[in-house]
Amino acid sequence: MFSRAYKTAVTVPPLVWVTVFLLTPYLLMFCYSFWSVSPAQAIVHSWNLDNYKELFQKTVYWQTLLRSMWIAARVMLLSLLLGYPLAYFVSFYAGKRKDLLYQMVIIPLWVSYLVRAYAWKTILGSDGVLNTLLQYAHLTRRPLDFLLYSPFAVVLTLTHIYTPFTFLPIYAALEHIPRNLVEASHDLGATPAQTFWKVIFPLSIPGVVAGATFAFVLSLGDFLAPLLLGGPSGIMISNIVVSLFGAAYNWPLGAAISLGMLVIVVSLLFLSEHLEKKWSFS
Amino acid sequence: MASPITPAIPSTASAHPTAKTVLLSIRNVAKTFGRNVVLRNVSLEIAEGEFLTILGESGSGKTTLLRVIAGFETATSGELWMGAERLDHQPPYRRRVNTVFQSYALFPHLTVEQNVAYGLRVAKRPASEITERVAEALDKVKMTAHAKAKPSKISGGQQQRVALARALINRPRLLLLDEPLSALDANLRRQMQVELKSLQREVGIAFVFVTHDQEEAMVMSDRIALLRSGELEQVAAPREIYSRPATAYAAQFIGHTNLLKGEVKDGVARCAMLAWPVSLPDGPALFSLRPEHVRLREDGANTESDHGATVHTQGRVLHRAFHGATELIRAECADGLVLVLRTASGGEGKNEFEIEFSPADAVPVRESAERN
Repeated sequence: MFSRAYKTAVTVPPLVWVTVFLLTPYLLMFCYSFWSVSPAQAIVHSWNLDNYKELFQKTVYWQTLLRSMWIAARVMLLSLLLGYPLAYFVSFYAGKRKDLLYQMVIIPLWVSYLVRAYAWKTILGSDGVLNTLLQYAHLTRRPLDFLLYSPFAVVLTLTHIYTPFTFLPIYAALEHIPRNLVEASHDLGATPAQTFWKVIFPLSIPGVVAGATFAFVLSLGDFLAPLLLGGPSGIMISNIVVSLFGAAYNWPLGAAISLGMLVIVVSLLFLSEHLEKKWSFS
Repeated sequence: MASPITPAIPSTASAHPTAKTVLLSIRNVAKTFGRNVVLRNVSLEIAEGEFLTILGESGSGKTTLLRVIAGFETATSGELWMGAERLDHQPPYRRRVNTVFQSYALFPHLTVEQNVAYGLRVAKRPASEITERVAEALDKVKMTAHAKAKPSKISGGQQQRVALARALINRPRLLLLDEPLSALDANLRRQMQVELKSLQREVGIAFVFVTHDQEEAMVMSDRIALLRSGELEQVAAPREIYSRPATAYAAQFIGHTNLLKGEVKDGVARCAMLAWPVSLPDGPALFSLRPEHVRLREDGANTESDHGATVHTQGRVLHRAFHGATELIRAECADGLVLVLRTASGGEGKNEFEIEFSPADAVPVRESAERN
């Protein structure tokens, strides 16, 4: 159908792009993860598993990883709890305001991540909007200091940022449910609640899985929110990677941690794809 | 609950189900969507155990009427009564009415068996009863072999059967069917018409069947309710609606017909050069004359009918359409009037002949009101 030259012209540039900017860096990282750093701060190109051993032996690394996963899991859960009812309402009950509401959910995505993170800093800070308000209303005497520089602040900010990402696939899944299935369910005697749990929710599972994956994977790799709002107790694994590649100058260990995360994320993506396929019926 | 006094007798059903217990009474139902009037003042009674077809073109409001009965739409005005119970005040899931949807609407994530069991599950029937009734229902529609299959793995005709079993398992008092055969190919469709009709007789539940196919309506129904632009044009048994159409629209929509626009004066109807006796008041009149009632007059044969004199005129063939056993001939009469007549196929193609019909076969019909 298309000429050979056309096919080449279309496929080669992206292939080159992916190779140069994605596959090559991964390959380099893979190599680095088996190398080491000399006391003189030089990369030693001798192949060994020391970095991976360190990863498992030093509790700080895998504990931070576990904490990051726990933060990501909370973000995932919260954005599902917020995103699902919102998507359900917009899809089933918004009527004429559907497009407007949909846009209102999407618009925050146009605002820079940094702006939103700083906004939370302004809200949660010790003399921030929330604390001032609480003291003004005489609900607290002193500023609440757990609000900012804590895992709480990180979870809150990431939830705010990633909820639209869970909303979108769930909304798309709900929109794809033929409405006559809902009518058929009512027709057969199912109450609205029974219809939701027996028909609507099962058919929206692919969207829930996709949304959950987005929220979890994106949160797990996040480093800006913990950097700006996390404080010492809100450090996540990506912050460690960043410092290993920066100030600490231990690229090999940083590469090993990165690859470890990559394995986790890729397995999650496969799992998610499997679940989505299992629950899709179109 | 009162039981039917007489069992449903197909084909001889009367125009009004007064002889039988009224199951559902639709009273002055109207439905508008914004400025769009879809149903106006529809009143109709459905008897226990009858097969009633709502026939109409697309846009006539037939699906909306069905959805009002099922409860998916709320009538703008009017009432629905099922016995002493006001039906239109109840949500769909409380009505003892079940629906077979046009595209079947089987739950894609459930197996055939689970789809059929759905109504009993949500009613929280005991497991043993569910198993038993599902097996029975699947057996009735010959789908036992596919019990564990997902709907996407079975054919359209099989999905149709599952949808039927699913709708009937709740033992509704009334089953609504929204063009359930329209997605099937012609052969399967004819087969399903027969199956559906015999299933209806077997279960004895009243069926309200929506279709745009007049032939299908004629084959299956005890009564046909002809809907046009949201208003009932005629409600009658198929034979009656065919032989005694009330309006010009009914005559044209159901089967072929010749509409003769004439003038009655002193007990004689005149249309072009034709004239025949009638017992109608003076004034303009409209007659429906079925093509099969217009006959070719064979040379020399005396075809004076029992009713007395036939009306005859000279005709010239304009067009012949072969339909297998019969053919339809468009003939221009001596005075420019065009008549369509149906004859047995096989005659040699004469181009000029005499044609005739009995005055009794020219049925006076009302002019259909102009609506949009």
